[in-house]
Amino acid sequence: MSALLIIEQVLNGLQFGVMLFLMAAGLTLIFGVMGLINLAHGSFYMVGAFAAAAVAAATGSFLLALAAAMAAAALAGALVEMVVIRRLYRAAHLDQVLATFALILIFSEGTRWIFGSFPLFLDAPGYLSGPISLPGGIQYPVYRIALIGVGIAVALGLWYLSAHTRLGIRIRAGENDREMIAALGVDISKLYTLVFALGAALAGLAGALVGAIQSVQVGMGEPVLILAFVVIVIGGIGSVKGAFVAALLVGLTDTLGGIFLPELFKLFMESGAATQTGSALASMAVYILMSVVLVWRPTGLFGART
Amino acid sequence: MPERLINALVLAGFLAVPLWALAADEPFTITLATRAAILALAAVGLNIALGIGGLVSLGHAVFFGLGGYAMGILAYHAQTYSALELGPLSIAGTKSMPVIWLAAITGAALAALVIGWLSLRTAGVYFIMITLAFGQMFFYFAISWSAYGGEDGLSIYVRNGFPGLNTLVPIQFFGLCLALLCGALVLHWRLRASPFGLALNAARQVPERVATVGLDPVRLKLVAFVISGAITGLAGALFADLNRFVSPTMFSWQLSGELIILIVIGGVGRLMGPVIGAALFVLLEYWLGGMTEFWQIWLGVVLLLIVLFARGGILGLLTGREGAHV
Repeated sequence: MSALLIIEQVLNGLQFGVMLFLMAAGLTLIFGVMGLINLAHGSFYMVGAFAAAAVAAATGSFLLALAAAMAAAALAGALVEMVVIRRLYRAAHLDQVLATFALILIFSEGTRWIFGSFPLFLDAPGYLSGPISLPGGIQYPVYRIALIGVGIAVALGLWYLSAHTRLGIRIRAGENDREMIAALGVDISKLYTLVFALGAALAGLAGALVGAIQSVQVGMGEPVLILAFVVIVIGGIGSVKGAFVAALLVGLTDTLGGIFLPELFKLFMESGAATQTGSALASMAVYILMSVVLVWRPTGLFGART
Repeated sequence: MPERLINALVLAGFLAVPLWALAADEPFTITLATRAAILALAAVGLNIALGIGGLVSLGHAVFFGLGGYAMGILAYHAQTYSALELGPLSIAGTKSMPVIWLAAITGAALAALVIGWLSLRTAGVYFIMITLAFGQMFFYFAISWSAYGGEDGLSIYVRNGFPGLNTLVPIQFFGLCLALLCGALVLHWRLRASPFGLALNAARQVPERVATVGLDPVRLKLVAFVISGAITGLAGALFADLNRFVSPTMFSWQLSGELIILIVIGGVGRLMGPVIGAALFVLLEYWLGGMTEFWQIWLGVVLLLIVLFARGGILGLLTGREGAHV
């Protein structure tokens, strides 16, 4: 196994990690500010990808497609918040799980109704296709490098928003004491709608960006959603910083596990059995990681201690 | 309407519909009723953890799937006349339902013990998420484990046998499933009224007080989780026998979600909640599924309306009392 391959896989892991972060950031914000478990977050990812595919097919512009993805997901998010989610803030977790599960059914089947069961295709634009030479002679797809860049930019943007803007201060205040900031004259329900729409827009952006490397199809959101849950649980629910660290951890574990575990087992098993055992373990690796973290720290790496 | 009357009506209906179908020669209706009975059994199992213990497990498909694979693996070895090698042990496959059930219950209970022991260190959202993660772990393991079919699953050509019955006759297999469902309902009913059930109920509502009188709430919940998993495992074995097929979808998180849905449609913590929920679910699936390919949209709408406006499910609506809060 060469160093080149390892670096390439590390980059793949980072790319996967930052995309998970886009999903997880919204989820963890929504949980931190409103105390809501949103299973339907994967639906916004799907909505974003479909909107992007539709707009890209109509206009041919990838940037327009991305804008459409964020707009459509934000709109869907705001609508869902105002019609359904708003009634669930004080409800038990069980009710939140069920209502948002119901939303998944409605979104998924609704999308199948409109677009059909066949996958759509979304291509990366010409200026981002093809490989780039990295120092050390590694050829790596430009598009994936761009994804890593977008993920890091969003992380920085969220940090700036949270630390240096009035909206960020309000969001953090809402996490700590919603009655108090409502008493200080902040329209809390508008703030909640805004945070929800922001989270949905990030999920939509992730869906569109990933949609250009994978196919755009119904049900594409759920595997990512579950991994994003793993991320926010490892990072500590409500912590954006935790989500960023955990997203990279999960992305790297998942990608590198798939390559290295079979190799590792080949050291002391015969080749066929090693590949089988290794890939079986690799597919479970992130969940094992999560269980270990939770048993060790029941509220995650950066979660509030209770 | 008094809850007991509703309960009696539901059970009578469960008996009457298949008997009518038998007389009218409609074997498919019997199969639907069998499916409903098995799903109800799985949900009765979950209801012990969820309804009495307040444990929102989004990973009960693990036990359902383990039951299914217990059946699949044992029957696969019996139909290929090969032994099942477990390290030094060599076990012959079997086509006998009681043995398979025992394996399913034991396997599911052991898994529930380990998963419950680890998961109960957390609470609230973290509990929901860690059970979901265990579900995914089993799901992906089953997909990549090619010895037993991997993603394609395992087909069993002939339904397993039960001494004294011909399980290939739909009504006889239905009777067997209904009998097991009734057994689980009796267990739930006895359990809820027992000192253990009362303590568990209290551990859901105010764990601190339970701890103050010297009981360990976590241990109570763990026992409930194990019993719950074992019953769901038994249901999994029956479900696999109904379809004569097991696949990783039995481990899927959608299935875990559906089991919770069954309970919530009927009424959380109610004795017959899961049974009513399962019957309605199968009816909806059949009727709406016949009308439109996109029947799950309407399932979603129904579910949303129940969560938002009919807390306590169908039984809550009919009896006018909401029932347990989880």
